Amino acid sequence: MTMNATGRPTAPTSAPAPSSPADAALLPAEALLFEIGDRDHSGVDLPDLEVGDERLAGLRRKTPLDLPGLTEPEAMRHYVRLSRRNYSIDSGMYPLGSCTMKHNPRLNEKMARLPGFADVHPLQPVATVQGALGVIEELAHWLMELTNTSAVAMSPKAGAHGELCGMMAIRAAHAANGQSHRDVVLVPESAHGTNPATAAFLGYKVRSIDANANGTVDVAAVKAAIDDNVAAIMLTNPNTCGLFEPEIIEIAEAIHEAGAYFYCDGANFNAIMGVVRPGDLGIDAMHINLHKTFSTPHGGGGPGAGPVVLSQALAPFAPVPFVRRSGDGLELVEHPDATSLGRLTAFHGQMGMYVRALTYMLSHGKDGLAQAARDAVLNANYIKAGLDDLFTAPFDGQPVMHEVLFDDSFLKGTGVSTLDFAKAMIDEGFHPMTMYFPLVVHGAMLIEPTESESRQTLDAFIATMRELAEDAVAGNAERFTAAPIRAPLARLDETRAARQPRLIWRHEKTEAS
Amino acid sequence: MRYLPHSPADRAEMLAAIGVGSVDELFSAVPASVLSTFSPDLPDHQPEFAVEAHMRALAGRNHAAGDGPFFVGAGAYRHHVPATVDHLIQRSEWLTAYTPYQPEVSQGTLQMLFEFQTQVAHLTGMEVANASMYDGSTATAEAVLMARRITRRDKVVLSGGLHPQYRDTVVTYLSGEEGLTCLSPSPEGQGDIVDHIDEGTAAIVVQTPDFYGHLRDVPALARAAHEKGALLIVVVTEIVSLGLIEAPGALGADIVVAEGQSIGNPLTFGGPYVGLLACREKFVRQMPGRLCGETVDAQGRRGFVLTLSTREQHIRREKATSNICTNSGLCALAFSIHLSLLGETGLTRLARLNHARACALADALAAVPGVEVLNESFFNEMTIRLPRAAAQIVDALAARGILAGVPVSRLQPGEPDVDRLIVLAATELTTDADIAALVEALKGELA
Repeated sequence: MTMNATGRPTAPTSAPAPSSPADAALLPAEALLFEIGDRDHSGVDLPDLEVGDERLAGLRRKTPLDLPGLTEPEAMRHYVRLSRRNYSIDSGMYPLGSCTMKHNPRLNEKMARLPGFADVHPLQPVATVQGALGVIEELAHWLMELTNTSAVAMSPKAGAHGELCGMMAIRAAHAANGQSHRDVVLVPESAHGTNPATAAFLGYKVRSIDANANGTVDVAAVKAAIDDNVAAIMLTNPNTCGLFEPEIIEIAEAIHEAGAYFYCDGANFNAIMGVVRPGDLGIDAMHINLHKTFSTPHGGGGPGAGPVVLSQALAPFAPVPFVRRSGDGLELVEHPDATSLGRLTAFHGQMGMYVRALTYMLSHGKDGLAQAARDAVLNANYIKAGLDDLFTAPFDGQPVMHEVLFDDSFLKGTGVSTLDFAKAMIDEGFHPMTMYFPLVVHGAMLIEPTESESRQTLDAFIATMRELAEDAVAGNAERFTAAPIRAPLARLDETRAARQPRLIWRHEKTEAS
Repeated sequence: MRYLPHSPADRAEMLAAIGVGSVDELFSAVPASVLSTFSPDLPDHQPEFAVEAHMRALAGRNHAAGDGPFFVGAGAYRHHVPATVDHLIQRSEWLTAYTPYQPEVSQGTLQMLFEFQTQVAHLTGMEVANASMYDGSTATAEAVLMARRITRRDKVVLSGGLHPQYRDTVVTYLSGEEGLTCLSPSPEGQGDIVDHIDEGTAAIVVQTPDFYGHLRDVPALARAAHEKGALLIVVVTEIVSLGLIEAPGALGADIVVAEGQSIGNPLTFGGPYVGLLACREKFVRQMPGRLCGETVDAQGRRGFVLTLSTREQHIRREKATSNICTNSGLCALAFSIHLSLLGETGLTRLARLNHARACALADALAAVPGVEVLNESFFNEMTIRLPRAAAQIVDALAARGILAGVPVSRLQPGEPDVDRLIVLAATELTTDADIAALVEALKGELA
């Protein structure tokens, strides 16, 4: 079996049976745009105009565009057919740990499409966009209230961009304090890959901290890793094993005592929103994934939004732009003063996501947000209770927060890997959980149900997972290694994709394929 | 609460199944001193109609671009988006899918990304493109870092015609690093970047059409860069221009980055947008962001997967090419659908129409006493010089319901000689009546 860099099998081990012909009626294969489109077709009616007096400095295009067009009915069919080959949260449970695949309310979408939000330019005079600035101010107020922090940098475009923002603020603060020699960032082994990538991006050395036997970080381990060169710790809370860090307050104190700052990865804020304020735990910076916690749609991989809340100590280093009150109105500060870390993107951030997130917050209210967090935790523990006897939890004996982690020791000797197990879930109508992350356990299975799943769905999920586990242990490995057989495609050859990259369609391939 | 499925009875039964008395027991790891000890200054939950009324009131305090004559561009452009685009991107299977990490149940998104990558490569004249970036400005910063990795050189020169907020973004990304040179604003289209290239230069970054609307001589810049072993990064903020202007890849660019908002995506006060990043094939392993590639399934059927992920943070951690974890999937979908609807014929016509409207605008403005059009060349955007400070005139026109463009001083405060400049754009949506209204109002203000 072929393995990739993280030890994941990438090549299928056996050829499964063809999909049932019954699927073909509703899930037809769809050719590529370049095979069905035509350079003379267009779904947009525009005049065929020649510009007599063109001012193009002799740079008029001579190379053919080579872009196929589709009329409107052709386009509708192409994209509807393609869409049917996607799993989605609207069609089923999406228990991806650390991803918070919750329901995306449609009121959010409707509000984001109001012309007063969708048809507004970022560089209009500020007097003409007071409502847009009002959205930013109001959302910032919610984020600061829910986290007990002093400021929020709204512009980061996604969680990893928020990490960059928070860590740049920390670097700027150290520089302002004459502490630029600090070049080490502490990162626990269980961290998201973005944490070490962000630290390294900014030139920091990453010093890894081991988890204890309970899957959390001891203050003693942090203290042992601290020296005069430590700039910050990047810690996820609740962590990626689904556990609240019990010594987090002591860790924050130790970090501050050493003159360093506490960056909290807020990817898992859904477990505690409205219940625990990260500012009360001593954090200095934390990004909030609006596309996780506050329900803006994932859209097949973005766009995200990653505002960063900041403590009093880091607030002066926040990036531009930001909104502030000025007399009766709101003004937009677009240029950095001497302390600000600068600008992280053109314009003002992900306004379309702000509108959706604020709509979600207003719908829930502070009571509904806390209830959602409590239901998310309840659901994860319900799954844990339903699977505990068959699956192996590496850090058992304690309640989990919003997600539950299993390892693959229950599959030992069955010939079934975590990947195989996940693919068999697809055949049962469930999207797989997060696999092989966090890295601290072998063959990780990280399950996050979110608050959106009904008890009925959770019961069906538990029953399916139990049946699969029992079947794996009973020796029916082929069901797993051949899976999926009920998806539009069987297992894909990832090794071939990486060894002979074909990243765009080329004409000469039409005959071959 | 309409979004939460459990009844109180469900919760009680679930707690019993777990074997605890209350949800509070599940939070036992949280120090009691910080658990639910606060009452935020926030409202409680509200019915849908109340939330809608609140949001509509906020939206109502904005002047929408469609409310009157509109000439604002400078990196974001108001174009017509076909109704089909917005309908399709709201389908559940597109809107509410996650990143396609399970390819067997994500072929819709993956095939779309493969098509998107091909469209972007053809449009820019490059060999490969990635599955999108956050936006044009962050894509530019990532392209600069990529060029430094490829050449193993430090120096980067940013043209004076680069969008000032793109420049500022690159400056922030490179803060603490040596080697960045930002040339002074060049509103007349003058270019002295060639004099700054030497054997230590990793890349020069040139926007075309530039921030002031001028078309830059890309072939000459490419020759100058390549003579010294430097890369040419071309930035395009108005992607529709490539329907009429030669592809940067055909003119010698090594990396092309662009803002794709103009195709398929509304203005939305600056985001979310979609960054495009394309390059020569030999640089592919230094690219940031996601890539989709073709492969086969176990039965030999064509399929698509995310690939070359050994560049990425979830595999490489601190050795990744970038910390990027997200692309701009739904905006890339909107781009791809709109571009499929346009096709070669539609995009060519759209670009010509934009240029024609801009020519009409330029001619009308040049005829206004006191107004000087600085551009000899442009696509759909130009810079004018007024006899007085531009910001006040733009505000005065806004008070008359006309959004006349962007005063350059807003983006370049403190720069000499820019306070009388306005950057204006025209698109297919700009009518003769809009232009006449602008001209009349401008005459009134300047009289």
